[in-house]
Amino acid sequence: MANLKDLKMRIESVKGTRKITKAMQMVAAAKLRRAQEAAEAARPFADRMNVVMGNLAGASAGSESAPKLLAGTGKDDVHLLIVATSERGLCGGFNSSIAKAARVDAEKLLAAGKTVKILTVGKKGREQMRREFAEHMIDHVDMSEVKRLGYNNAQDIANDVMARFNAGEFDVATIYYSEFQSVISQIPTALQLIPATFEADEQAEAPFYDYEPGKEDILADLLPRALTTSVFAALLENAASEQGARMSAMDNATRNAGEMIDKLTIQYNRSRQAAITNELIEIISGAEAL
Amino acid sequence: MATMQFDLVSPERKLASLEASEVQIPGSEGDFTAMADHSPVLTTLRPGVLKVKAGSDVSEYIVTGGFVEVSPKATSVLAEHAVPKAEATADFVNGLVEEAETAAKNVSGPDLDMANKRIADTRALLDLI
Repeated sequence: MANLKDLKMRIESVKGTRKITKAMQMVAAAKLRRAQEAAEAARPFADRMNVVMGNLAGASAGSESAPKLLAGTGKDDVHLLIVATSERGLCGGFNSSIAKAARVDAEKLLAAGKTVKILTVGKKGREQMRREFAEHMIDHVDMSEVKRLGYNNAQDIANDVMARFNAGEFDVATIYYSEFQSVISQIPTALQLIPATFEADEQAEAPFYDYEPGKEDILADLLPRALTTSVFAALLENAASEQGARMSAMDNATRNAGEMIDKLTIQYNRSRQAAITNELIEIISGAEAL
Repeated sequence: MATMQFDLVSPERKLASLEASEVQIPGSEGDFTAMADHSPVLTTLRPGVLKVKAGSDVSEYIVTGGFVEVSPKATSVLAEHAVPKAEATADFVNGLVEEAETAAKNVSGPDLDMANKRIADTRALLDLI
């Protein structure tokens, strides 16, 4: 039987852990609210952008002059996977599930004889992808200095990706991130960025706009912005998902710590009682022997 | 006077949503003013000042790239960067100028003209604030 002092120390240490996880859970809850608000605030822009792009892209689809960002290079030999994860751990399966989705796709592409390049955003994804795809990693975007996710961060990533695309480094770009459903459910998602896809809204009557300058010019001007918007939306979803995942992971950890404390306390009390009983028996048998 | 719904959104937040009587827009093909019952127009923005009149209230915003959708009943402006003019600082505009200059580095041909125009438009904002 473990001795009393050891048990007491373990109970104290688990109590300390519980305090930490509880605090982390509350911090995550506060951050989640902020992240959700940010995602909410970004939605009108992204929605509107998608509708307009859907209309414009629908009109120019199939035409010879369609911009490359929309039509693609005509090949799909080289794939760029952008794996967006968090900078910090202790958020349950959040990072692993994104990395897993990317890994599964990367293996499929490699098996099909395609070239795969990987760009990671966030430290945790890089660590996981590096294990298997070290030779495919081309770059990494460090987000550890970013306190508050802004449009500029998305712009930097999107500009980098577009510059690589224009340099002919890849044919298809896909971003992997986690879509926020609720605190207990975040869905790893793959979104194809290049060639860009927009869901044209068939129901919405396309008003007869005067386009100034021409439709094609507007399309060419807006495509990079639409791409940036998609990246921004993905990063915001990711931020909310991370906090949601951390909150539920820490909630579980707090509960487990509580259960462990109860178990250890019972064990501690039993040992104490056993020790007392033992001592009593010794005294009584000593007295009887006299 | 007839009014229309006016929305100004940036990627990060919604800046304004109100009933406006007229909106002055810095379009890439020239400035224009949208009022209620304007014919539908979709145009891109150039860096400039957007002026919104709602009755006697006038509010001004500094906007950069993006687009404007004008319909008879509503005008929505989607700007990549948008700040109320009163809050805009020289640092902010200098940041925009720098961004425009970086963007001009990797282009050529007609795109370079566009990029240079963007730099000029952005620089002009410095005098306005």
